[in-house]
Amino acid sequence: MSANTKARERAFPIVIVGHIDHGKSTLIGRMLHDTNSLPTGKVEELQTSCERRGAPFEWSFVLDALQLERDQAITVDSTQIWFHTETRRYVIIDAPGHREFLRNMVTGAASANAGVIVIDAEQGVSEQTRRHAYLLHLIGIPQVVVAINKMDLVDYSEERFKAVEAEMQAYLQEIGLEAQVMIPVAAMHGDNLAERSSNMSWYEGPTVTDALDAFPRAAAPIERPFRLPVQDVYRQDGRRLIVGRVESGQLKVGSDVTVWPTRRTAKVTSIEQWAAPDEATEVKAGQSVAITLDDELFIERGHVLTLPTAGPRSSNALSVKLFWLSRDPLRHGESLTLKLATAEYDVVVDSIDTVIDVGDLSRHRGNEVAQNGVAEITLRSRSDMTYDLFHDIPALGRAVLLDGYQVVGGCIIESGGDIETASRNLTAVPQSVKADERQAANGYPGAVLWMSGLSGAGKSTLAMALQRELFKRDINVYTLDGDNVRNGLNRDLGFSEEEREENIRRVAEVAKLFADSGTIVISAFIAPTNSARAQAREIIGDQFHEVFVSADMSVCESRDVKGLYAKARRGEIDDFTGISSPWEPPKNPDLEVNTGELSLDDSLVKMVSYIEQTILSNPK
Amino acid sequence: MDDLDALEAQSVFILREAFNKFDPIGLLWSLGKDSCVMIWLAKKAFLGRMPFPAVHLDTGKEFPEAYAFRDTYSKEWDLNLIADDCPPIEEVDASLPPASRFAARKSLGLQQAIDRYGFKALITGIRRDEQATRAKERVFSPRGVDNSWDFREQPPEFWDQYNTDFPPGTHVRVHPLLHWTEVDIWRYIERENIPMVPLYYAKNGQRFRSLGEIGITEPINSDATTIAEIIAELEATRDPERAGRTMDHETEDSFERLRTMGYL
Repeated sequence: MSANTKARERAFPIVIVGHIDHGKSTLIGRMLHDTNSLPTGKVEELQTSCERRGAPFEWSFVLDALQLERDQAITVDSTQIWFHTETRRYVIIDAPGHREFLRNMVTGAASANAGVIVIDAEQGVSEQTRRHAYLLHLIGIPQVVVAINKMDLVDYSEERFKAVEAEMQAYLQEIGLEAQVMIPVAAMHGDNLAERSSNMSWYEGPTVTDALDAFPRAAAPIERPFRLPVQDVYRQDGRRLIVGRVESGQLKVGSDVTVWPTRRTAKVTSIEQWAAPDEATEVKAGQSVAITLDDELFIERGHVLTLPTAGPRSSNALSVKLFWLSRDPLRHGESLTLKLATAEYDVVVDSIDTVIDVGDLSRHRGNEVAQNGVAEITLRSRSDMTYDLFHDIPALGRAVLLDGYQVVGGCIIESGGDIETASRNLTAVPQSVKADERQAANGYPGAVLWMSGLSGAGKSTLAMALQRELFKRDINVYTLDGDNVRNGLNRDLGFSEEEREENIRRVAEVAKLFADSGTIVISAFIAPTNSARAQAREIIGDQFHEVFVSADMSVCESRDVKGLYAKARRGEIDDFTGISSPWEPPKNPDLEVNTGELSLDDSLVKMVSYIEQTILSNPK
Repeated sequence: MDDLDALEAQSVFILREAFNKFDPIGLLWSLGKDSCVMIWLAKKAFLGRMPFPAVHLDTGKEFPEAYAFRDTYSKEWDLNLIADDCPPIEEVDASLPPASRFAARKSLGLQQAIDRYGFKALITGIRRDEQATRAKERVFSPRGVDNSWDFREQPPEFWDQYNTDFPPGTHVRVHPLLHWTEVDIWRYIERENIPMVPLYYAKNGQRFRSLGEIGITEPINSDATTIAEIIAELEATRDPERAGRTMDHETEDSFERLRTMGYL
């Protein structure tokens, strides 16, 4: 294969792990040299540097390029190094061996397609060797080569090689990690790295580079069920673009997608691109995409889009296998943040079920997990978490744990179904008075009349008149007004897009509580976007009635009761709906009242008649 | 998907994460090939327009061709350009060797931009394959209050879960091109037909492989006048990319010193 063809292929990422003194960096430095992969002058530069320091040259200096590392003789952090064989290009993630630097090893190793474990033939399998092997298994590295190094120090003894090989094989078998091959090497002299050794004619297997070349590349999981974790939602030219990376499967324009956790469904109308040669009609695993839907469902970062037929799992409790990176031990009852795909959940450590000793693989109960420890624990969240099992769809079956600002661990989800049903009702206490009992007592059900419209459309005026009218009829009624709520419950919120959405979310939650108590709630808010109103509908459910108080902007501006339009036109108000901030009129309201054309009395009659027909006499 | 598609998808993912998590955020535009590719990727990520400013740390010493390029493409690409002058050389640590001291003006310019515009994060075009020190970077890399980089105390970063929550006062560098190589960059420029400063293409037997300022950047001997010829040249060479950057080689640790002080 020519150099040209090689460059057209992505470098194959591998991680090299091992105990600190077992010769990992030497192996890499020498392999770079033997495959002719070093820049001109690199070895000479380092040899000169060594002479100046009066120290003998070592192959590991190739990697330990930082001065500080040379002083400490430790590779501090994972470093990426490129090399190539006759077959293909590689990128090596040099994972450090020092025990304290495990988090750096995880950082490097998690992106690898294959691993090389280096073991000192003299020292044999160490506790650290086991830990690294276990972690490779835990973070999902599927293919492994074991290099039994420093064979020169044991006189290239086949007997010694066989002993270390047997010891390592036994351990790997127990944790369920299969080593493709174990190779006797002497890294310092290059034996069996890229060149076959003449010192170990008893060994007939592949060299290290031969073994690496035989590994297949990890393929994007296109054949698995479709998963698109939502990264963000952009508004552009009046359209809403849902963006994210497809983690598995594929999707065509025209397909239905279901949003999790809301379980609403819409149709994919387009796939948006910039500067692409062809129009896209489908997306596949691995692609970063932007799509539009035919319905303005409530969608935000952390939601997951799937096909309606092959959904993910959903539960407020997860049983996970954890590796713990923090210096402070993990304890039962601790509050953490779980980052799973693009979602973030507040979780509590419900129980530490099993602590696993990665040295002898014994399992025992424990009250805490120490740094670099592995355990099975149960995490609980107040809301349902959307996930898959790790072996089904890795990207949705693994998560990172944070304590405040610190990344403290990682976990994979190996099972989940059994605790789901048992835990579901723990956080929600059932009401002792049911909705139908309240309705029977009052003679009508609770409801939310969600009025939206531009500032000045007459929402508040109409809401107050309606409230008076219903009160006269002995109906329990209450009005939630934008300005009133902003002075109290929501006084911490400003007027940016996010804060407006949070404002609406809280109002919707409060409205729902009122409606659950049997009250008819009138809410009068601007609620400028379809997604904000869709979110309110989502929260409130069947009791939601959308009323569009429509009046042309010119009408609203000519009224300008609060003088706000004048201020906004002078640029004194940022984010003023309809002028400096978007306004999307409701598309399919349950009722539209045009206050530009109807008088207040006529508007009121229209609303009362709607309420009589849909709520008082014909309850949902 | 071929490998360029995979690289593009990863970078777009990173840019969207950065935009979601940090406000205000800016992108450092050196006018060089990498940051031009990055702007191109941002236009892909945000469907046509980059929704944050492109920041050029202007030392006044760019090549005329680079200034002409900046003026043309800041308009063509519809960029919100910030191009303030860096503080004068007199304000830079005089113990640095001459070229490093000159380059360190950019570090001061960077600090000035952060103070002036309040950027919580800046997107930069560094790559792991450029230089050993850069190989140790994270995709989302926190800097201390004084903008310094502590490479020994970097947070773990795995499974594409980037660190986006930091204590107040932390500044973050985002590196969407960290996993690209020099050849990847040129193959992508070729495929996407991205305009470049003409100094990258050989004239009179010389071209710039890495583009810095006048006086501290040297051209290489080359006859590569097309992208295809540049790629062929890079595939054959074993010389490092930044060989023409004086400050990397003044003393053994000069580039590392620049980096811990906040240089890119």
